[in-house]
Amino acid sequence: MNGTAPPLQARGIGVTLGGVRVLDEVSIALPAGCWTAIVGPNGAGKSTLLSVLAGLRRPDHGQVSVGGDPIEALAARERARRIAWLAQQGEADGELAVREIVALGRLPHHGLFGAPGANDQRAIDLALEAAGATAFGRRRLGELSGGERQRALLARVLAVQAPVVLLDEPTTHLDAPHQRAVLCCITGLVRQHAAVAAVLHDLTLALAADRVVVMDQGRIRATGSPGDPALHAAIEAVFEQAIVIEPIGRTGVDGTAGTRWVAVPAP
Amino acid sequence: MRVKSGRDGGSTLRFALLLTAASAALLLAGLAAGSDGWSLAWTDEWMLVSEIRAPRSIGAWLAGALLGFAGAVAQGLFRNPLADPYLLGSAAGAGLGVVLVLAAGGAAGASIGLAAAGALLQAGLVGAAFAGALCGVGLTLLLARGAARPMSLLLCGVVVGVLLTALSDLVMLASPEAMRGKQIFLLGSTGFLGWTSTAVLAAVLAAVLPAAMRVSRALDALVLGEASARSLGVPLQQVRLLLVGTMAMATGAAVAQAGLIAFVGLVAPHLVRRCLSVAHGPQLALSAMAGGVLLLASDIAARTLVAPQELPVGVLTAVLGGIYLLALLHRRQA
Repeated sequence: MNGTAPPLQARGIGVTLGGVRVLDEVSIALPAGCWTAIVGPNGAGKSTLLSVLAGLRRPDHGQVSVGGDPIEALAARERARRIAWLAQQGEADGELAVREIVALGRLPHHGLFGAPGANDQRAIDLALEAAGATAFGRRRLGELSGGERQRALLARVLAVQAPVVLLDEPTTHLDAPHQRAVLCCITGLVRQHAAVAAVLHDLTLALAADRVVVMDQGRIRATGSPGDPALHAAIEAVFEQAIVIEPIGRTGVDGTAGTRWVAVPAP
Repeated sequence: MRVKSGRDGGSTLRFALLLTAASAALLLAGLAAGSDGWSLAWTDEWMLVSEIRAPRSIGAWLAGALLGFAGAVAQGLFRNPLADPYLLGSAAGAGLGVVLVLAAGGAAGASIGLAAAGALLQAGLVGAAFAGALCGVGLTLLLARGAARPMSLLLCGVVVGVLLTALSDLVMLASPEAMRGKQIFLLGSTGFLGWTSTAVLAAVLAAVLPAAMRVSRALDALVLGEASARSLGVPLQQVRLLLVGTMAMATGAAVAQAGLIAFVGLVAPHLVRRCLSVAHGPQLALSAMAGGVLLLASDIAARTLVAPQELPVGVLTAVLGGIYLLALLHRRQA
């Protein structure tokens, strides 16, 4: 691992699916201790980009490197230890208890043939607590509400304790207090110097990030801090709608100093 | 029984102990169940007990255990609670193997009946059924180009099932005497199980169960979806191949020794999951135990319900399994 290289970097990524250019020359770096929100209209290529960054989809061209190492050169377990990925909700289901699900996050550490040790159990407890899922740790995933399920799956990602965390729509199905809890989880990860990228549909939530990447038609249209007027203009352009983006407070999502922004369609 | 989390190791242990106790009680009942009623005078009929009832009862438990195990693997692998051990072409392959041997035997095949239990082994039908089951699954894997894509695997299993059944029909058309032999062999019966069969079943169970349990966390990871499992570094392709292999071995051995026993492989994992929320590792072992209990109980019922006649156990498990699934469906709709 190269000490000066960003935890995750992609250069010139191109993906074509069914003859459609889904990603076109996308380059992005995820620095340590920084939360990057990725926004854009449906079909912009956000989830495809996240799966390429996670090493789950091989791009037609371009290069992804993890801590300076080419992602394809990493063994699957090593890659899994360095990058935690949360899928869009919908696939996960079943009879397993939440704690068993969260324990899967330790699989890259102890391996398929190993068993979780004391460190792993501690990581599982911490992850359940951080995601607010301790109370229903013994219930089956299939019995949970959408919000509880999402928190359980988020806890699974936190249990990996990876330096890079990629989240695909982590706030889906969550009510406002739990959306805030997810954002607090993310800021907690960032404080621990993780590089976090989250695809978000809710622009107000996205504007709580350290920086925002705006995508459209497989390309990155703008990257900037939440207060950047050029970023606001790009958001309006890609959504083809007038959007009012205003500062609403002087404290960040986790109560620390920082401006909060709200984005709503203009009347 | 109340649903409990398997993290509470106590409940898993209690359930395992319950299944062990049920197995032991049923084994005793199996030793006592004869064609002329129940008998505990084992010293008087020692030969009957040691050479017929004991291997048959233990063999029935083992065949059921293999089917329960294979069902749990299939349902975990395909993430489908309706998956059963036969869906990758093993049943049709075993049927074709039996028919080919019978047809090759020509008129000799016509003489094979329930009474000719020993002759079945001699004619190599057991080996043919086992080889046929493995070939059926092998062909499915070949057509699906490996085990990487579960949906292709399922569809190819259906195609192979239809093709091999059609081939069996074609062979039977040319050699009608093979038909009766095939029907008897694949009807599902534990009546032919001797100590050799029991040893084979035990050896296969001892091989496949620990192998599958070693990689069972991959089945847990698949609950999250294929991409999430890959993101956790699980070598899905190799694990799937191994699991399909253990499933084919287990199903092939059970079909070869006891014919087509319906529903045990489907119902046993259901029963376990209804009683316990547990990871796939213990689930595989508990499903095997539940399968053993189900088939042994069915075998005893088949022996005693219309004694001195005997019901084919495959027919009984089909009826009981059907009723169970219908009851389950009604409970869910209620």
